[in-house]
Amino acid sequence: MSLDAFITKETIEGDDDGPLAGRTVAVKDNISTEGVRTTCGSAMLEEYVPPYDATVVERLKAAGATVVGKTNMDEFGMGTTTETSAFGPTKNPVDESRVPGGSSGGSAAAVAAGEADLALGSDTGGSIRCPAAFCGVVGIKPTYGLVSRYGLVAYANSLEQIGPLAPTVESAAELLEVVAGPDERDATTREAGADADYASAADGDVEGLTIGVPTELIEGADERVVETFEDALADLEAQGAETHEVSLPSVERAVQAYYVIAMSEASSNLARFDGVRYGPETESEGNWNEAFAQVREEGFGDEVKRRILLGTYALSAGYHDKYYAKAQDARAWLKRDFDEALAEADVLASPTMPVLPFELGESLDDPLQMYLADANTVPVNLANLPAISVPAGEADGLPVGLQLIGGAFDERTIVRAASAVEA
Amino acid sequence: MSETPVDPDEVRHVADLARIDLDEEEVDRFAVQFADILSYFDALDDVPEVEAEADLVNVMRPDEVREGLSQEEALRNAPETEDGYFKGPSVS
Repeated sequence: MSLDAFITKETIEGDDDGPLAGRTVAVKDNISTEGVRTTCGSAMLEEYVPPYDATVVERLKAAGATVVGKTNMDEFGMGTTTETSAFGPTKNPVDESRVPGGSSGGSAAAVAAGEADLALGSDTGGSIRCPAAFCGVVGIKPTYGLVSRYGLVAYANSLEQIGPLAPTVESAAELLEVVAGPDERDATTREAGADADYASAADGDVEGLTIGVPTELIEGADERVVETFEDALADLEAQGAETHEVSLPSVERAVQAYYVIAMSEASSNLARFDGVRYGPETESEGNWNEAFAQVREEGFGDEVKRRILLGTYALSAGYHDKYYAKAQDARAWLKRDFDEALAEADVLASPTMPVLPFELGESLDDPLQMYLADANTVPVNLANLPAISVPAGEADGLPVGLQLIGGAFDERTIVRAASAVEA
Repeated sequence: MSETPVDPDEVRHVADLARIDLDEEEVDRFAVQFADILSYFDALDDVPEVEAEADLVNVMRPDEVREGLSQEEALRNAPETEDGYFKGPSVS
């Protein structure tokens, strides 16, 4: 039975030679591919065909990779289940009655099911790590500024990064190596991390590595998840790593801060979808504002409307200081907390998701409950740090992910630690 | 409960600002959900003020003419065009 991992299946051949020659890569459908439909999982872009490639796609081609299609996703990257796609939900290959996680659920499912060797996703608040955890594969959210966002359809641009999903830590690091590095077309990219050799760090050597475990990211997690996480941690200790508890009081406000900032940025970024340069044709006879409002009512799904409206509200006169300004304070507080914790540890470890994969349809009616599932992943995006999700084992036959968070541009250390989890 | 209860009129007002033409069923549903979500966001009230380090630099490049999209490429996805221009609804 089909998993509906792809929205568009299309073969884009890369160069003959390069580090990814002979390998297939699935690309999330919010990453522009010249001449190949890029929908963002939205009816708004159902017919949109970009006239150019995203920088990461250019780099894939130059590395010899063959792109095998564009993967399903929560509409505009807004979701934790890949059920809000206008093209229907993707199923989790491990258990088809369950969601693959989101929003890069199609990319994770394609890799887990062997429909692609590797995949690219994007991670705004956990959208690579969540589906990696739910599907039992590896996913890396790079440091903000390591990978170019040129050609990524923006949702919340101060938070999101493109990153790899793969069956193993080493292959995820190989893909990261290909796409990482400065880009003159994205002024938020940095020189740091250019030409770094990430794959060679996957040597499984954690002798003497210090791992901080934030207590706040364990409390409240499903017992089965915690048990699997603790077993994996004990295994790392047996390999020579040292663990200690750390406290990050600010993470208690991370979900609120994340959603206020992401929704505010979404309300601004998605203003461009007005049905003039791209978008569905409508029958409106009204003036500009009426026609604009009708296109957006028809083209956007519920979750996208919800976030645009809440973002508009959070930025509106009278509420800006209460929501947006306070969320920025929380972001600064989080960065300080992470700096302190990472001064005492090489990496931080937590369960990637506090829950096991949801049943399909289970979570659609209660948006707030869905937002709470992102508690362990969003702090990383707010602090602009790198993190990896690596399979830690199974609970009740379902995958559990272990998240390792590193210092800025210290991808090599999280790759090294994650490769020891695999061992 | 949120200090800022959301009534359907407020949802309509925000939808108007965001240019999204909601139907009545959506207005009622969002009003209930927004009350819930905004009440959760109220927890931000107790966040301490933290001095954010200003680690920002301008990144500039020379202002040079370079190749861009052709007119045909730029117009390719527009639902309506005329004489090489985008065609939109009347402004008033």
